[in-house]
Amino acid sequence: MVLFWISVLAFSILLYVLLDGFDLGVGILFGLARSEYRRREMMRTVAPVWDGNETWLIVSGVVLWGAFPLVYATLFSAFYLPLIFMLAGLILRGVAFEFREKALHLRVVWGIAFSAGSLIAGFMQGVMVGALVEGLPLSHGDYAGGDFSWLTPFAVLCGVGLCLGYSLLGACWLVRKCTGETQSWAYRLIARLSLLLGLLLVVVFVLALALNLRVMGRWLERPYLFVFPVIGVVAAIVLAVSVRRHHVRAPGYAVAASFVAAFATFPITFWPYMVPFTITVDQAAAPHASLAFMFWGEGLFVLPLMLIYTIIGYRVFRGDGTNSSHH
Amino acid sequence: MDGLALLLSRIQFAFTISFHIIFPSFTIGLAAWLTVLEALHVATGRPLYRQVFEFWLKIFGVAFGLGVVTGIVMAFQFGTNWSALSRLTGPIQGPLLSYETFTAFYLEASFFGILLFGRSRVRPWFYLFSTGMVSLGTMLSAFWIMANNSWMQWPVGYALRDGVFVPSDWHKILFSPVLWVRFPHMLFASFITGAFCVAATGAWYVLRNEFGPEGRLMLRMGLYLAAVLVPLQLLFGHLTGDYVHDYQPTKFAAIEGRWHDEQPASEILIAIPDAARESNRYVLSVPVLGSLIGSLSLHSKEVGLTDFPREDRPPVAIPFFSFRIMVGCGLSLLFIAWSGAYLAHKNRLERTRALLWLTFLSFPLPFIATLTGWFTAEVGRQPWTIFGALRTAQAVTPTLTARSAFISLAVFGAIYALIFVFGTLFIYRLLRAGPAGRLALNAPDVLARRLVPLVDPSLAVRE
Repeated sequence: MVLFWISVLAFSILLYVLLDGFDLGVGILFGLARSEYRRREMMRTVAPVWDGNETWLIVSGVVLWGAFPLVYATLFSAFYLPLIFMLAGLILRGVAFEFREKALHLRVVWGIAFSAGSLIAGFMQGVMVGALVEGLPLSHGDYAGGDFSWLTPFAVLCGVGLCLGYSLLGACWLVRKCTGETQSWAYRLIARLSLLLGLLLVVVFVLALALNLRVMGRWLERPYLFVFPVIGVVAAIVLAVSVRRHHVRAPGYAVAASFVAAFATFPITFWPYMVPFTITVDQAAAPHASLAFMFWGEGLFVLPLMLIYTIIGYRVFRGDGTNSSHH
Repeated sequence: MDGLALLLSRIQFAFTISFHIIFPSFTIGLAAWLTVLEALHVATGRPLYRQVFEFWLKIFGVAFGLGVVTGIVMAFQFGTNWSALSRLTGPIQGPLLSYETFTAFYLEASFFGILLFGRSRVRPWFYLFSTGMVSLGTMLSAFWIMANNSWMQWPVGYALRDGVFVPSDWHKILFSPVLWVRFPHMLFASFITGAFCVAATGAWYVLRNEFGPEGRLMLRMGLYLAAVLVPLQLLFGHLTGDYVHDYQPTKFAAIEGRWHDEQPASEILIAIPDAARESNRYVLSVPVLGSLIGSLSLHSKEVGLTDFPREDRPPVAIPFFSFRIMVGCGLSLLFIAWSGAYLAHKNRLERTRALLWLTFLSFPLPFIATLTGWFTAEVGRQPWTIFGALRTAQAVTPTLTARSAFISLAVFGAIYALIFVFGTLFIYRLLRAGPAGRLALNAPDVLARRLVPLVDPSLAVRE
């Protein structure tokens, strides 16, 4: 049971990162688009799916609460302000889909809300991951840091890195869903963003070495982890080739593969810890009665249905989206 | 633990959840009504139903979006501000709320995308099916929320292990009698909210002499529906009161403004409760009625607040007044719905301008009734978060600082004010423009560059 729910949790977080990742990325890149036509085109490619994508965040949140209440309580109260800022960003970008459409004079305000909201949400998510990897100050299961002690240089770099990663996913989505000028623009963005991201990863790595993070020791104990950076490098090569040959779908798959590889390092590095080096998965797990109740209904029956809905949603809106309003 | 942080957290929770409930209570009703309209359209093929459907779908879109984004906050807020609660009751509340996400949000999110953007991409029966699925999603969501909240009002089916609430009987939790009167009470509240918003809009158009057929359809459907639902709602309201009487005597005494035991008990219609003196000022009351309402008897003894230690009593003024406001709204709605339905039946409704005005002005009442009903339920539960088992002061995040709580309250206050102002402005504009899509005609540049046919008059023409 515990293993089942930790897998569902990991799966839903991964799905969230990949799916909301690309639409947050489109939101971040939205700020770089110069023409109104391109902005509308960008927004239209994510409008039908963003709500479903974001729901995976709620799934992750409630599965964490239901199956691992100790971690839910500890992490969410420790990351009080970054979570509030992330929520604020998500609210602003979420309402922008409807509001920008309906605004007559203040369209620019909701454009900024869409872009800035996406940026804040992505940044805060990266910061929290960074702070978690760096190690949270906890004593007796309660957060022992200050209001802003999550805001470290390492965490900030991780925040910037995740924004770049999301933008890269977003650019791949645009390549797939747009044509003409916007598509070539997206191809150019992929090239620049992946260079920037590569550079940033090197800086993060060096900083992690300099800080002598405990996580680095884990990598020496578990050398098979180095498979994942190798997957990342292979994905980067595939990305470079596919962009040069103007493939439509391959860049997205390559970036997604590197996201999966990066994501997979977390559970394997920290296992059996859920909050690094303080709370293990077994300590955090809810009583069997809770896990079983969740398993026999939502785990066994509803989860597959949810995946079917998601697929139906994407199938209805498949294609390049240019004919979304008229057949 | 910081007392100011606790106070700010309570204010923040009250503010964010009150703001949030406005939208679901409206969209649950509207989604059900949209399903009926779409079914009528598929069955009869009359363009009028389609036109009214498209019109309300736009309004549904704005309200639904606001409901979604303010709902995400709720899923996080238990952990951020109430970490002790989420750790101790997580094994019960967590699974209940995860069922909400799993069963409801995916239906809503996936099929709502099809409603907004997929009319031309799917077959008519699938479009109708999608409408029904969105509606089912909103109701499932309400069910799980009520299951969770009813457990907080009357915790059953658990055992305490090191202070943690461990589920021992899910059957008791899901089939709690408290849940099965409160869930219909909330559903009817939403249906009535939807019905009155629709009827009020119809009345507005009839008063303005615009959009005649659409206006009359909205007015009649809304009022007929309300004429049936409001009395049902009063019945379930009474049943809800019965559970409060039996399970939460402190809340019941606060609602009644009853400080001392009485036999037979009188019913206070209106008064000003004075907690310091443990009595009421300016009382207007009816003898014996209190026993009749509380226990359906002419001589039952009804308990007063002074039976309970001070630290176990809720604040009296808020439940006392909000309950009376709720009941007042309910009775006014009953009057409007019945007289409106009668006049509509006699075909005199369109000429009775006074009632049209009343119907038009009635649209805030269901919202006020829903909010004050929740204030009664939640404030009346105090000082407990889990009634009789976990105090609110023990539920708050122990490490939360007043500074953090203040920053978050300020952030939510600013953002919610912004989205509320613009959300209501856009809904008002859509309503004013009416079902013929005049908004688009007023703003030709928007129409010209529009890629998504949300306010597209050609949709109506193509019919």
